[in-house]
Formats: sequence, C-alpha cells, structure tokens
Amino acid sequence: MKELIKRLVEAYGPAGSEECVRNLIMEEVRPYVDEVQVDALGNLIAIKRGGSKKLMLSSHMDEIGVMVTHIDENGFLRFYNVGGLSPFSLIGNRCYFANGTVGVFGTEQLDAMKDLTMSKMFIDIGAASREEAAEKVRIGDTAAIKREFVDLGNRLVAKAMDDRIACAIQIEALKQVEKPVYDVYAVFSVQEEVGLRGARVAAFGITPDLGIAIDVTRTGDTPKSATMDVALGKGPTVKVRDSSVLCTPAVRHHMEEVAKANNIPYQLEVLERGGTDAGAIQLTKSGVPAGVMSIPCRYIHTASEMVDYRDVEHGVRFLVKLMETEYKG
Amino acid sequence: MLLKRLSEAFGPSGQEQDVRAVLQEELNDYISEWKRDALGNLIAVKPASSGPRVMLAAHMDECGLMVTHVDGAGLLHFRKVGGLDDRVLVSKSVVVGKKRVAGVIGAKAIHLQKPQERTQVIPHNSLYIDIGAKSKEEALKMVNIGDYVVFDTKFGEFGTGMVKGKAFDDRAGCAVLAEVLKEDYSMPVYGAFTVQEEIGLRGAGVAAYAVDPDLAIVLEGTTCNDVSGADEHGYCTHLGGGPAITVMDASAISNKKMVAELVRLAEEHNIPYQFKRSITGGSDAGRINVSRDGVPVVVVSVPCRYIHSPVSVLQLSDFEHTIALVKLFLRSIEGGFRV
Amino acid sequence: METKEFLKQMVEETGVSGFECRVAGLISRVFGEVCDDVQRDVLGNVIAVRRGEGDGKRPSIMLAGHMDEIGLMVTKIDERGFLKFTQVGGIDPRTLVSQEVVVHGREDVLGIIGLKPPHLMSPADRNKAIPMHDLQIDVGMPVEKVKELIRVGDVVTVKRSFMELGKDVVACKAMDDRVAVAVIYECLQELKKLRHVADVYAVATVQEEVGLRGATVSTYGINPDIGIALDVCHAAMPGVPEQDTAPMGKGPSLAFGANIHPKIYERLVEVAKEYNIPFTPDPTPAGTGTDLWAMQISRAGIPTGLISIPSRYMHTSVETVSMADVKMSGRLLAYFIASIDAAFVEGLLCY
Repeated sequence: MKELIKRLVEAYGPAGSEECVRNLIMEEVRPYVDEVQVDALGNLIAIKRGGSKKLMLSSHMDEIGVMVTHIDENGFLRFYNVGGLSPFSLIGNRCYFANGTVGVFGTEQLDAMKDLTMSKMFIDIGAASREEAAEKVRIGDTAAIKREFVDLGNRLVAKAMDDRIACAIQIEALKQVEKPVYDVYAVFSVQEEVGLRGARVAAFGITPDLGIAIDVTRTGDTPKSATMDVALGKGPTVKVRDSSVLCTPAVRHHMEEVAKANNIPYQLEVLERGGTDAGAIQLTKSGVPAGVMSIPCRYIHTASEMVDYRDVEHGVRFLVKLMETEYKG
Repeated sequence: MLLKRLSEAFGPSGQEQDVRAVLQEELNDYISEWKRDALGNLIAVKPASSGPRVMLAAHMDECGLMVTHVDGAGLLHFRKVGGLDDRVLVSKSVVVGKKRVAGVIGAKAIHLQKPQERTQVIPHNSLYIDIGAKSKEEALKMVNIGDYVVFDTKFGEFGTGMVKGKAFDDRAGCAVLAEVLKEDYSMPVYGAFTVQEEIGLRGAGVAAYAVDPDLAIVLEGTTCNDVSGADEHGYCTHLGGGPAITVMDASAISNKKMVAELVRLAEEHNIPYQFKRSITGGSDAGRINVSRDGVPVVVVSVPCRYIHSPVSVLQLSDFEHTIALVKLFLRSIEGGFRV
Repeated sequence: METKEFLKQMVEETGVSGFECRVAGLISRVFGEVCDDVQRDVLGNVIAVRRGEGDGKRPSIMLAGHMDEIGLMVTKIDERGFLKFTQVGGIDPRTLVSQEVVVHGREDVLGIIGLKPPHLMSPADRNKAIPMHDLQIDVGMPVEKVKELIRVGDVVTVKRSFMELGKDVVACKAMDDRVAVAVIYECLQELKKLRHVADVYAVATVQEEVGLRGATVSTYGINPDIGIALDVCHAAMPGVPEQDTAPMGKGPSLAFGANIHPKIYERLVEVAKEYNIPFTPDPTPAGTGTDLWAMQISRAGIPTGLISIPSRYMHTSVETVSMADVKMSGRLLAYFIASIDAAFVEGLLCY
C-alpha cells in the first residue's frame, strides 16, 4: 500500500485540476467496483453494489497549490494561493506545473519577515523574459508544491497527505471489502480545499442514506502544540465536530461501536478549526446523517505532512467494517 | 443607450425593480416568456427543443445605502448595502428613497478638524445624509426609515472611447446579456437577471435551481486597477484588453473546457481577450456552480475601473467585444458541448 | 400548559447545537398537544404540522425558531482531571469566569470554571480578559473517575435556573432562541380559536448557532410557500445606540430589507395595526443573522418574513425577555397566518 500512497501523494492535483489524480484512481478502482462515473464538476464516483441503502464515502482528491496571475517582463510569475496556504510555508520551496515545469518561490526585499504576504512573493521558472516564460506557463495555470514521498518506517511524510492518504484508504478498502451491506458510492471529490464544492454536488446527485467523509485531522502531540487530544499512532479518529460539521451523534455512536466490535483502536476528535466534506454532505437536501473518520496528521497544509502508517492500516480495516455493518439510525 | 439607462437606474440589493423595468422594456420585442421568483430574479426564457440548456446570468443590484435612523436635526443615518469602502462616501451627492429626494453626504470642514483627524478615515456610521430638512418631522415627510440610497451619478462619455457612470458592476453585464438575448439560438437559453449579488450571491443560486442548466456563463463588470502607481501584477484587468475571462475566483473555478473554447473563439475571430489576474472576490458563479448536482460555469467580464464607488469607467470596445465573444460561444455550442 | 411554564422548562433543559435531543423531546411532546402531527428529521429538527381548513392544495407556512443553545465542548482531560474546552457557537469567554456548569457526560456532572484568586495575581493580570484556552473546568474528582464519566466531545452548559424579574421580565440561559419556540407555541394556541386555510409547519430548528444548518435542511424538506423565522434581537440597553435596538415590552421588532419579502412585511404591519399590536420597524439592509438567511435561498427561493423578540444580554447565561412581548408576538403571528390565502401566496411572485 505504501507504493500506492507514494504514487497518489506525488501526483499533481491542486483544486480544480484533479485530472491526473482522477485518472490514477480510476485505473486503480475500476476492477473492484461495479460502475465508475465522473460528474459535472469532475468528482469520481465509484459504485459498488451490495444493498438497498446508499452509503456515500468521500475522500478529496484535490490539494492546496498556487495559481499564476501575472508574468512580468523578466519572466517572473506572480501568483495567488489555491486553498489555505501560508506564505511562510513557501519560502525555500519549489512548485511544479501540470506540464512538468518546475519553479522556485522567491520574495521581494522585506523590512521585516512578518510583513510577508503572498503578493510580495513570486515564482522563478528560470525564464529570462516574458516570452520565454509564456512558452511554459500561462496565466491561470496552477502549480502544486513539489516534494517527494519519504518512508520513515512507521511514519510517512509527503505533500498532499491531505487528503490522498484518505484516497489510498478508500481505494484499499474498496479492494478488500467483500460484501458491503449498502450500495457504496465511493466519491473521490474535487475542490474540497476551496469550499467543499465537489462533495456538495456529488451528495445532491446521490442523495445518500448515510455519508462518511475520510480526511486528515490535526494533532496535539508535538512540542507546545495547541490543546487537542489526538496523537499519531493511536488509531484513526471518530470526529465529533469541526468548523463545518457537528457529526450526527447516532453516526458517531455507530462508528464507535463498529471500531470496538472489531478491536480497531480509535480516538475521539474535536477539531477547532477546519472543515471536511461531511459538512456539505450533512446539509444535502433535507439532511443526511454524516460522520467522519480522520487520519491524524502533523504539519497539515505544508510540504511535509506526516501520518502514521499503522493509523492508515487501521483506517482501511475500519472503513471495510463500516461498509459491512448496517447503520440503524 | 441601454447602458446609460441601466447605469442610471435605481437598484441597490433588495430594491431592483427599476432595473427590472428597464430590462423588460428593452427586451419586450425579443422575449415571449418571462419567469419571476420570490426573490425578484427576472429570467428571460428563449425556449428550444434541443441542445444544451444554457443559463446566462448578470446581477441587477448595485451597492448602496439604507436609511436606518433620522435624528432630531433631520439628518439621515445609514448602513451600507454591499461592499462599499467608507472612504468613497464623503462629499458625495445621493438620491434617497422612492421619491428620489436629493441629499448630500457632508463632512466637517477641514478648518474645523484637528491635525490628527485629517488623516483618519471617517467611518460610515459617523457620516450622515443631509436632505435639507430642519427637523425629524420635516425629514420624515420626505423620506422613510428603510429607504434605499444610491449615488447621484450621471452616465456620460469619457476620454477616448470610454464611458463613465455608476453601477457598471454589474449593469455592464446586464447590458451585455440583454444584447446577447436579442438573437435567437437553436438551444434553450435562460437569461437570468439576478438580485442581491452584492450582499452574498443570493439570487443566482435560487435562479439556477429553477433553471437547472447544463452549463452557465456569468457576465460581470469586474475590477480593473490598471492605473498609475499600481504594480502591473496588481492590475487584475486592464481597459482595452478585451473581455476578461476568470479562471478562478474566491467563489468558483471556471470550467477548463469552456475557458479553452472562449480562448479559441477569441483567437480565431481576432477578438482581444485577457484573463482576470486576481482570485479575490466572488461572483454569482459561486452559487450556480454548486447548484443541484453541479453546473459547469465560466465568468466573462467587462473590465471596469473604480467599481463599488460613485463613478466607474469602462472602455466601449471591451463592452462590444464581450458581447461578440459571448454570442460566438453560444453559436459554437448550438450543436452540443462536452464539458 | 402556560406559555411561561413551557418556556421555563425549555430554557432549563439542555440542547447545545448538534445535541438538541433533550430539549427536542420536550418540544415534541408539547407541540404534539396542539398539532396534528409531529416528526423529527435527519438533523433533529422538530417539525409539527397543524393543518388548515378545506380540501385541495392549501398554502403552507413554515415557522422557524431555533432550539439549540450555545455551549462548550470538552477538548481534553488533563492528567489531573481538569477539563480543557472550546465553544460551540459564539461565546464571550469573559462571561464564563466563575460560572457553575454542567458537563453532559455519561451522567450530568457539576463543574466550576474557576479563577485564580486576586491575591495571587499580578496587578497587570487582573486587568486582562482571560482567553478561553486558559480557562478550565474543575469537576472535583480524581482523574480516573473523571475519565469514567466524561469523554472528549462531551458538551457543557452553564448551570442556571429560570428567574422572574418583577411582573413581566424573565431571565435565563438559552432564551436565544427558545423564547421564539414559546412564541410559536403561543401562536399555535391562538390558532385554535381562529380559522386558517394555511397548513402551518411549526419547526424548532437545530444548529442555528453554528451556521443556520437546521433551517437549511428543514426548509428544503418542507418547501413552504412562506417562511417566517422567529429570533431574538437586541433590546434597548445602556451604551448601545437607540437605533440598533428595540424597546422591551413594546411588542416584536419587524425587520424589512433584502432578506424579507416586501409583501410579507407589509402584511405583518397591516395585521399588527388592525389588532393594535405595537411593533418596532427594523430596517435591515442585508443579512438578518437568523435562520431566515438560509430559508430565503432554499430551492427556487422562498418568500420570507421575520419577527424578533427584544432580548437583553444576548449570548450570556442571563438573557432577558418580556413575557408581554411573547404574547404579542404570538398573537401577531396567529392573525398573520389566519390572513393568508392562495391569492396572497400567488401575489408573492409578482414583482
């Protein structure tokens, strides 16, 4: 599975440009599901039939990135962020475009580092003129952070663990599940990082009886971190709430029962800032019961997001069992 | 000129009836079916039996003010409707309420201000509108609490090939849409003149739900900051550069194939075009994009300097080119379009 | 039941956003006495229906008052058994200092949000407001016992009993917005004496305080011809400009502006004048900050109206309202409903 994770996290896919990730996932899941669809916004929906009720799973394919908004006469690119990105996290980093072009982030001369904003930064793709730059990059093109996958043993580090680690879990669970008790609509959603847009329209189209999002969550296990009772290596979480959702209490209870019944370690998660696809799913039409399983992840929205592989493995088993256990409401 | 009548129409968010009236009068001979809804959206329907269902949207509302209190001296206190910068309010003439009462927003004379006051922005809640009333009673004979207020700006020619007026955001888009609707197409076209964009993209979502389109084009008058002293990378758009195509803003990401088709058509027909070079701000596309099970969208805008202020400026060639490009796009998808 | 008694029971019951189960049970039971049918939807909204007279298609009116209250949520149990917490909904941490609270764990546990005594504080510290992450709940138990009873994610409410201040004014936590549910109840009782053709959907919504979520889904489900929200507004109090408030005890505040359909506002005003019910007009240019903001843009658009009950000290544990306002608001709502027919509904689409 680590090989699959490596391919997923190294794939290019800022919000709105999820094609590469989608193609990769489509090839991976097609043999294991009954039907594969792509909707108007680009969500990939893999359907595996097994029951009368509809279970929607959602892991988002998109990652944070940047978009080029200007090319100056010397070939430097100006840009904006796509999704929540701190300018400080870009210093010293590189990015890459869909066509493989690589750029490095630079900053204007600043009086004080705290004055740094995205508008005082630029991307250098090694072009000496506007014309030369324009051969490789166009205004409106997006770039992803460039950083390779690293296997530290139990811990894995990469860009885009948010939320490709969930994509990997969802793919692996689709491969392993034998008899789902639902018609499972496994959505690999788009544009989560810019406002849960993909999951919103996918859920409207599906009208599920139950929705479960899979995402990453913050931890409170690093030096002087914010108060949060989640740590790497203690299992996936069952979310209680974040800014986008108060998980349906009955779904949360169901998830806890499934974890306990199958000896899957889990943690309860209260995330004070951040949202997930479940927030959009829950508010679909006249309401959908919704829950979230998260993988604890350090350094979210940087080039080095870290998860624990044991949490990932437990996450796969947890998701398989959730597909195999009926939610009674 | 339609753009003049639209620009001078009175229509802050929630009070769009004047704009509706101008549009209906203009399009009366071209449109046989109109739809209205509970929010006041006006939808011109051009029915057809085959081809993709296309929604075009432009918002009728403008930023303005609302009278919330009349004080003992007969001065009107107000709140803002939409995103107006407090700094543009001082020393302006305005029109208040259904009777279109003339008023001014004054400021303490500079002679009476302390040096430190002079450098500070005057917040809108310490400004007021003077309609010449001597008392609360006299004022309330002329206006009512809750009356809307707009800037009193006349439309006119400006510089070389330009015009100036208020509310080009988005009456420019309304005018483009009206011109586009004067032609017939072989697929169903819904021209949605939406309400309440400036206070949160309120009208477009419900209009899109009702229309249930296969794809949508949002027409805007958008930010342009191509002025002296600005960094070129902060221009956003520039006048004379042709219609601005939005790839992404804070509310939506445009469909790539629609963007590519617009670019292809512009290049083939020698129509200048530009990409909008900022991603801040939102448009009706944000709501239409996530309506029901998703609608592919693209935003095409007429660049306008000084939007969200009493007077904005646009170049007529950009306006005409926008109309031409949108018409070409519609023609090109008459046989269908795979997004 | 007397409306005041119902209000007392509601505000003393618990129902933090997302966890409205207990107060919802009470409201379902009481609404059931005056309605034809009561259901709860997927998010937990209580939806009670009182059918109108006549056969065929009747106009439908949805009334929404939110039953959720702001509260706290446990984020961590530390090694000594003290609880760290965050907020659910907008809470001013200054109102939490020295409060008795109830932690809703496996059972209800009494807790105290303590403050370091002034003797131990530096003069500079004494003048600083304490941020929420520096506060903690003391439940006075050994950590093992705490962990048996309480888990991360449990909700917490301020402990407060219903108080009567003088003859008319009442105070407690959660008046925002259970007083609106009381107004709906008052209206439903009044409707028993009136004839009405409209079907009335009385909805106690969930999760208003975290983003109008209950109203979003219940409005979609009901798809009413008219949506009326009921909420609290700021009552006149010292230090707040008069034009930003409504007087207490002088009837509801009626908002108008983009979030409200002009003809519904007009009708509310006509009805109030006809029945001599005082009210305060409230010009509101954009969002009303209530369930109405979500209701208006449901599906293809819903004609909307807003009735607000003046309340002092919003989002504290001593929110104060006038029972006379509850009475007047309930009557206004009932007479408004009785005045609605199919022709009025049809007219709402003609701008």
